[in-house]
Amino acid sequence: MKIKALILTFMLCMMPLWAKAQEASEEESVNVPEIIFGHIGDSYEWHITDIGETKVAIHLPVILYSGKSGWHMFSSARLEEAEYEGFHIDPESGKIVDADGERPFDISITKNVLSLMISAVLLLAVVLLTARWYRRHDALSEAPKGIAAYMEPLIMFVHGIAKDNIGEDYRRYSPYLCMAFFFILFNNYLGIIPFFPGGANLTGNIAITMVLALCTFLTVNLFGNKHYYKEIFMPDVPGFLKPIMPIIEVFSAIMKPISLTIRLFANMMAGHILILSLVCIIFIMAKYGGVLFGSMSLVSVLFGVFCDMLECLVAFIQAYVFTMLSAIYIGLSRPKAEHE
Amino acid sequence: MNLVTPDSGLLFWMVLIFAIVLGILWKFGFPMITGMVEKRTAHIDDSLRLAREAEERMKGLAEEQKKLIEDTQKQQSQMLKDAANTRDAIIAQARDEARQQADLMIEKAKVEIAAEKESALRDVRRDVAELSVQIAEKILRDRLAPQQKQSEYLDKLIDEIKEETK
Repeated sequence: MKIKALILTFMLCMMPLWAKAQEASEEESVNVPEIIFGHIGDSYEWHITDIGETKVAIHLPVILYSGKSGWHMFSSARLEEAEYEGFHIDPESGKIVDADGERPFDISITKNVLSLMISAVLLLAVVLLTARWYRRHDALSEAPKGIAAYMEPLIMFVHGIAKDNIGEDYRRYSPYLCMAFFFILFNNYLGIIPFFPGGANLTGNIAITMVLALCTFLTVNLFGNKHYYKEIFMPDVPGFLKPIMPIIEVFSAIMKPISLTIRLFANMMAGHILILSLVCIIFIMAKYGGVLFGSMSLVSVLFGVFCDMLECLVAFIQAYVFTMLSAIYIGLSRPKAEHE
Repeated sequence: MNLVTPDSGLLFWMVLIFAIVLGILWKFGFPMITGMVEKRTAHIDDSLRLAREAEERMKGLAEEQKKLIEDTQKQQSQMLKDAANTRDAIIAQARDEARQQADLMIEKAKVEIAAEKESALRDVRRDVAELSVQIAEKILRDRLAPQQKQSEYLDKLIDEIKEETK
C-alpha cells in the first residue's frame, strides 16, 4: 500500500512536467548520443545550465598555435556564431580547425583543463593544509584534528599499499602513489558531482589516464634494478625459450600501462554514460506520455540513484586499483637477487 | 572516435599540472605527513613496549618483595627456633651443672659427716674409756679401802709381775 501511494504521489508530481515535455518532444526528438557525448566529451566552454532561454556558460580561453599564422588567444565566445581569426569549430569533431580543416596546435583551456586546474588546486589545498597541521603541531603529543584527522587515514592507507607491495625503499615511491591515488580520487568524485565545478569527465578521458599510466610506466622502468632487466632480457629458461621470452616480457611491460589506461578510462566513462542514459530515459519517454512516462521516470530515477551510489563506490575502487597495481608493478621492478 | 584518441592540448596541460602538483606535494606534502605519522607510530610502539616492560618489572618487583617477605619470615622463624633451642640447651646445661655441683656437695657433706661421726665416736669412746677408768678407780679404791686388802692386792700384783717376768 505504502509503495503504491508513493508511486502515485511521484506520478502526480511529475504531471506538470509531462505536459511541458510533450510539448517539447513534438518539436524535436531527443538526440541521446549528442547529449551523452556532449557531457562526457571536452568542450571550449563550460555549459553550466540554461535559465529560460538564456544560456549560462563559462567561456574559456582558446590558445592556438598555427604554423601559418603563429599564436592566437581569444575567448571561445567568439567562436559560437562564426569563425574568428580564421578558425572555426568543426561540427563533426567539435574541435577548432582552420579554414583548410587542419587542426592547429591547440592548448586551449577547455572544460577538462579547467576542471583539472580546479582539482589540482583542491588537491594542493587539502594536502598542504594537512601537512601544515603536522608542521604546526607536535604529532607525538597531539591527536590529529580537523582536516588532518580526515586525510591521515587515507594517506596512511596509500602509504600502506606502498609498504605492502614495494618492499624496503617504499618511502621513495609512496609520494607518487599518494599523488596518483588522490588525483584519481578527487577527479572521480568531482566527475560524479553533476553541477559546476564538478561534472567534467576527467578520469574518463583517455589523455588523463594515459599520462597517469605513463608515469607508472616510467617509474617502473627507470627505477627497475638489474635483476628486473635480467628477467626481461636474459631469463633463466630452457634454451628454446630464450629468443621468445624477451619478446613476451617486453610486450607485457608495455601492456601494463595500457591496461592501467584503459581500465580507469573505461570504468569512469562507462559510469558516466550509464547515469546519463538513465537520466535520458526520462526525456525519451516524455513523448509516449501518460503511465509509461511516469513509471519509466520512476524506474530511471531509482536506477539513477542506485548507479550514482555504485559510482561513488567505483570512484574509490578505481583509485585504489590504479594505486595498488602501480605499487605492485613498482614492486615487481625491484626484485631481489635470484633465489637459486 | 575522439573518445579514444588523446587530445594533445589536454595531454599538455595534464603533464604540466600533474608534474607541478606532484613536485609541490613531493616536496611539502606527502612525505611530511607520512614521515610524521610514521614517527608517531614508532613513538607509540616504543611507549607501549616501555609500558609493558615497566609492568613486567613491577610484577617482578612485587614477586621479589613477596619472596623477600617470605625469606624474612622464614629467617625469623628459624631464629626463633634457634633461640628456643639455645635456651633449652642453656637450661639443660645449667641443670646438669647444678646437679653435678649438688652431687659434689653431697659427696663432700657425706665425707664430712663421716669424719664428724668418726671423731664423735672417738670422743665418745675416749669419754667412755675415761669414765670406765674413773669408775674402775672408784671401784678399786672402794675395794682397797682396808689395809689388809691393800697389801693382799699388792702382793698378788707383785706375784703376777714376778710370774710374768719369770
